[in-house]
Amino acid sequence: MKKLKTTLGIVTIVLITLTAVSCKDAKKENSDKDHTEKTHDDKDGHHDEMKKETVLNSNQKGNSEAVLKDYFNLKDALVSDDESKAKELGGTLVKSLVNLDVSKYTDAQKLELKDIIKDAKEHAEHISKSPMGHQREHFKILSKDVTDMVAITGTTNTLYEQFCPMYDGGSAWLSMNKEVRNPYYGSKMLKCGKVQKEIN
Amino acid sequence: MKIVKIIILVLLVAFVGIQFVPTERNQSDIVPVTDFMLVNTVSKDIKNKLQVSCYDCHSNNTQYPWYNKIQPVSWILEGHIKDGKEELNFNEWDLLSSRRKASKLRSIIKQIESSEMPLSSYTLIHKDAKFSDREKKELIEWITQLKDSL
Repeated sequence: MKKLKTTLGIVTIVLITLTAVSCKDAKKENSDKDHTEKTHDDKDGHHDEMKKETVLNSNQKGNSEAVLKDYFNLKDALVSDDESKAKELGGTLVKSLVNLDVSKYTDAQKLELKDIIKDAKEHAEHISKSPMGHQREHFKILSKDVTDMVAITGTTNTLYEQFCPMYDGGSAWLSMNKEVRNPYYGSKMLKCGKVQKEIN
Repeated sequence: MKIVKIIILVLLVAFVGIQFVPTERNQSDIVPVTDFMLVNTVSKDIKNKLQVSCYDCHSNNTQYPWYNKIQPVSWILEGHIKDGKEELNFNEWDLLSSRRKASKLRSIIKQIESSEMPLSSYTLIHKDAKFSDREKKELIEWITQLKDSL
């Protein structure tokens, strides 16, 4: 009888722990969500008085320069090996990507831009919640997406497409400056790479 | 001692009770025409490997083990499946554009390379889902080829 009780006891304790763990996870997810939404609101609060994200999405149209600005900020965070800042800026980039206004482009361009945004958004999302190694992996594909975007939208600034032959079989990125500051290696190999192409 | 008995009884009742809470199951007999295996030429070995190691969480049909009929295990696994399908659903492969396919394939390669997928909590129970070094190499080679052919 005593043995049975102990077994029952153990079983129940295990179950309680399991339930508690699953509840905690759910809660954590929710609070994470709340948190990111809040930071988005804070960020865009000064642009517009509207606070609700959904309203922001439908009313506030962004342009490709906003995407580029956020992309460059993210790149700089990776150059300086700043994981938490890159996380934050990944979230900011998600926002400007979603807000990119494609209405002034041709139908074919619209389709392609939407495709680019969808892909880039996913990578920016991953960057906003991954450790540095992953952030850099996603930044590689994100860079390709942003480069393809610029090919359609154009830009007012002169950009430099730079290339590091060492990272992942060769990887490119965009920069506003001619001097190479490597976002894939950061301080480890800050100046590895070369300017591959000048845009504008 | 009496209080312990009562607590155990209450928990037991709760445990039995939650078994009746319905869980949505990820099960479907239909393999859509957009399925990864249907739109790509996949060898039998790789097909089998993907089915066993990936499809439980990355398709519309999960081969449920017996213990997943028990709460709260069921809730935990259902959460994993939901997240997995959001990230990648092999059944809906052909709905993706070439850009997105290339992106997904690149992520699949990275995940397999770094042994992040299949999840260790999954292979702990599904021993056959684990990739051997040779299988890993073959799979990555094949997926890389597929990516380059896009």
